[in-house]
Amino acid sequence: MATTAPVHAHAAPQGFIRRYVFSLDHKVIGLQYYFLALIAVFVGMFLSLLMRAHLIWPMAILPLIGEIKPETYLQLVTMHGTIMVFFVLTTAPQSGFGNYFLPIQIGAPDMAFPVLNMLSFWTTFVAFVVMLAAFFVTGGAPLHGWTGYAPLSALTNSGPGEQLGADLWVTSIAIFCVASLMGALNFITTTLDMRAKGMTMFRMPLTVWAWFITAILGLLAFGVLLSAGILLLLDRNLGTSFYVPLVVVNGQVMGHKGGSPLLWQHLFWFFGHPEVYIAILPSMGVASQLLSTFARKPIFGYRAMVYAIMAIGFLGFMVWGHHMFMSGMSPYSAFAFSIMTMAIGVPSAIKTFNWLGTLLHARIRFHTPMLFAIGFVSLFVSGGLSGPFLAQPVLDIPLHDTAYVPGHFHLIMGVASIFGIFGATYYWFPKMFGRMMNEPLGKIHFVITLIGTYCIFMPMHYLGMAGQPRRYSQLTEVAYLHHLIPLNTFMTYAAFITVAAQLIFVINLFWSMFKGPKASDNPWEATTLEWTTATPPPHDNFGGHTPIVNHGPYEYSVPGAARDYIMQTDPAAVPSH
Amino acid sequence: MKVPKTGQGGGSVRPPSYGGGGEGDRGDGFPDYGRRLRRARLGLAVATAPIVMLFVSLTSAYVVRQGLPTLDERTNTYVRDWIPVNLPLALLLVNTGLLLLSSITAELARRQITRQAALAPVRSIPGISLGEDRGFPWLPITMVLGIGFLAGQWMAWRELADRGFYLATSASSSFVYLLTAAHGVHVTGGILVLFYAVAVSLLQKPVEARRIVVDVTAWYWHLMLLLWIYIFALLWFVR
Repeated sequence: MATTAPVHAHAAPQGFIRRYVFSLDHKVIGLQYYFLALIAVFVGMFLSLLMRAHLIWPMAILPLIGEIKPETYLQLVTMHGTIMVFFVLTTAPQSGFGNYFLPIQIGAPDMAFPVLNMLSFWTTFVAFVVMLAAFFVTGGAPLHGWTGYAPLSALTNSGPGEQLGADLWVTSIAIFCVASLMGALNFITTTLDMRAKGMTMFRMPLTVWAWFITAILGLLAFGVLLSAGILLLLDRNLGTSFYVPLVVVNGQVMGHKGGSPLLWQHLFWFFGHPEVYIAILPSMGVASQLLSTFARKPIFGYRAMVYAIMAIGFLGFMVWGHHMFMSGMSPYSAFAFSIMTMAIGVPSAIKTFNWLGTLLHARIRFHTPMLFAIGFVSLFVSGGLSGPFLAQPVLDIPLHDTAYVPGHFHLIMGVASIFGIFGATYYWFPKMFGRMMNEPLGKIHFVITLIGTYCIFMPMHYLGMAGQPRRYSQLTEVAYLHHLIPLNTFMTYAAFITVAAQLIFVINLFWSMFKGPKASDNPWEATTLEWTTATPPPHDNFGGHTPIVNHGPYEYSVPGAARDYIMQTDPAAVPSH
Repeated sequence: MKVPKTGQGGGSVRPPSYGGGGEGDRGDGFPDYGRRLRRARLGLAVATAPIVMLFVSLTSAYVVRQGLPTLDERTNTYVRDWIPVNLPLALLLVNTGLLLLSSITAELARRQITRQAALAPVRSIPGISLGEDRGFPWLPITMVLGIGFLAGQWMAWRELADRGFYLATSASSSFVYLLTAAHGVHVTGGILVLFYAVAVSLLQKPVEARRIVVDVTAWYWHLMLLLWIYIFALLWFVR
C-alpha cells in the first residue's frame, strides 16, 4: 500500500469547479489573484483616463459617461486610488506571484493551509465585487478619497456617494482586511515550516524574503485598518462619535459630539504606511531576482539585502505621522517622524547600490524581464529621491496638497511596483504557462511604458512646485495655472498612449498563452527551485519528491564550475561562491 | 487502502526523511501528525498577532479619546466629556468566572486527548487492551460554559442599557460595547471551532487528527480568557 504514498495532502482535483474555481492548489489560486488584479488594473486605468481627460477638457461630454461634475471627479479619484492600492498593488505582486512561487521556491508541495488559501482568494473576490457595487448604488461611489478621511467619510450626508456607496466602500475594505490576514497567516507559516531540506532562511531567494516580510507587515497592519473600518461603520450607521466632532452640515447640526478626525488619520496611516511597503517590497524581491539572473552574477550583498528588507519593514511602522504633517501635530512629533522617515533612505540606498553593484561589470542578457527590472530600479530612484523632500515638515506643508505628492507616490509605489509585476510576468510566464512570451512585443511594451510613465508622472513634480493643487477637478479657468495647461495636455496624451501600450501586453499575454513557442524547464538558466521542476509544475510541484537544497539562490558565474550557473539542488560537491 | 484508526504506521517512530518541508507525510502513506500539530500551533501563534493588534489599536483609541477635550457649544470652551460607565461589576465577575472555568475544562480536554493520542499506537497492537477510555466530556462542557459566558455578556449589555448607557450615549459607553463585542465575536468563533471539534470526535477520525483541532482550540481559548481579563481590567481600572 505504500506504493501509492501521497506526498501531497490533497489529491489532484477532478472536475472543472474543483480544479479552476474553488481550487486548493496554490498555483491556481495565484493565477486567480493575478487575473483579478488584471481586471482591477484596467478598471483603475480607465478611471485615471477619465480624470486626465477631464483635467484638460473639463466641459467635455463623454460618450456613455456624460459630463464629469466636480463630485464625479472626486469619485473617480477615490475609486482609482482604492482599486489600484488594494486590488492591484497589494493583490498581484504579493498574493498573485507570492502564492504561485513562494511554495515552489522553498521546495514545498503547497501552502501550509490550502483551504484557508482558497478562502482568502474568494474573500478578496467578494471585497472586489462589493467595491465595484459602489458605482451602481444611489449616489454612486464615495468621494472621500482612498484615505477616507473623517468626518467626510463618517457622515452619511456629506456629499453624493457618501450614503450607501461609502458603506459599501468601508465594508469592502474590511472584507479585504480579513482576506489579507488569512493570506499573510498562510505565507508566514509556509515560509517558517515548509522549507525543503537544506533550504535555510539564508538560502531563500530574495523574492521569498520579500513575500515573507511583506506578509508580516500585512499581519500587523491590516488588523489596525480593520478596527478603523469598524469604528467608521459604527459612526456612520449607529450614531457613535469616534471620529466625528460636533459638526454642522448644510446648516443641520449633526448628532455627533467629541470625536476626533485625527483618530482616523492615526489608525489609517498606521496601516497606510506599511501598506506602501506591502506594495513595493515584493517588487523589490522580484527586481533582485531578475537582476541577478540576467546579469549572470550573484546578487551584490545578499545578506545586506535581507537586512535592508527587514529594516524597511521595521521602520515602515514608525513613520505614519509623515502623512499628517498638515494636521497640526506637535512640531516635536513631526520632527521625530521626519527623522525616522529619512532613516528609511538608508536601507533603500543599500538596496539601490546593491542592485547597481550587481549590474557592474556584468554580461547582461537584455531580455524583457531584465528590462523591466532595470526600469524598476530607475523608477525606484526617481520616485524615491523626492521622498526625503516630503519627509521634512517644512517642505511637506507647502507641497502636500499639490500634484507633487501624486507624482512622488505614483512613481515609487505605483509604477515601480507595476514594473515589478511586469518583470515577474515576463520572467515566470514560461513556468506558469509552459510557453514563452513574444520578445519584440515585450520590448516595445517596455519602451513605451517606461517613457510614457515618466512623461505622465515626472511633470507632476513641476506642476506641484508651480502650485497646481491635487484633487481639484477644474484648473483650466484658474489664472495662475494657465501657463500649465500645455504641460497638462501633454501628460494626458502621454497617459492615453501609455494605456494603449498596455493592450500590447495583454495581447502578448493571451496570444503567448496559446500560441507562444514551447518553453523548456529552465529557459533563463536560473538557479532557484521553480526551474528544477516541470513546466508547468505538476499538482504537488515536484512530481512526488521533495528537492534537497545544497546551494544559495544566486550562484552565477562561479569560478571553476562547468556552467555559468549552479542550481540550488545541484550536488553539494559543485563549487560555489 | 484501509484508513487505520490510529493513524500510526506500526508504532515505530522514524525521523522525517527530510528536514524542512513536506505536506505532513513520512512517505509511507501515514500522515505525520506531529508535524501537522506543530504547523497548526504555529498558525495559531501567527494568528495571535493580528488579534492582538486589533485590540491594541482599540486600546490606543480608547486611551486617546479619554484624554481628549471636547468643544462645548454652549460655553464655547473645551471641556472633558468622558463619563465613567457604571459597569455591572458582579455580573461581569460571574462571567469572568465562567470563562475561567471553561478555560480549565478546555485544558483538561486538551490533556485528555493528548493522552489518548499518545496511547493510540499501543492500542493498535493486536491483543493489547487498555480498557474502554471514553473519558469525561470536557469538550462539550467547555462549549456550554462558553455559551454561558456569551449569554452573561448579553445580560451585562441589557444591564448597561437599563442604567442608561447605550452604544451612542457617550464615547466611554461606545468603547465598552465595542470592546466587549469584538471579544464576543472572537469567542463565538472559538465556540464554532469547539462545535466542530465535538462533531469530529463523533465521526470516525483518527484520534491524532482530532487532537490537533482540540489542542489548537484550547490554546485559542486560553488566549480568549487572557484577552477578556485584559479588556475587563482596562474598562475597570481606566475608567
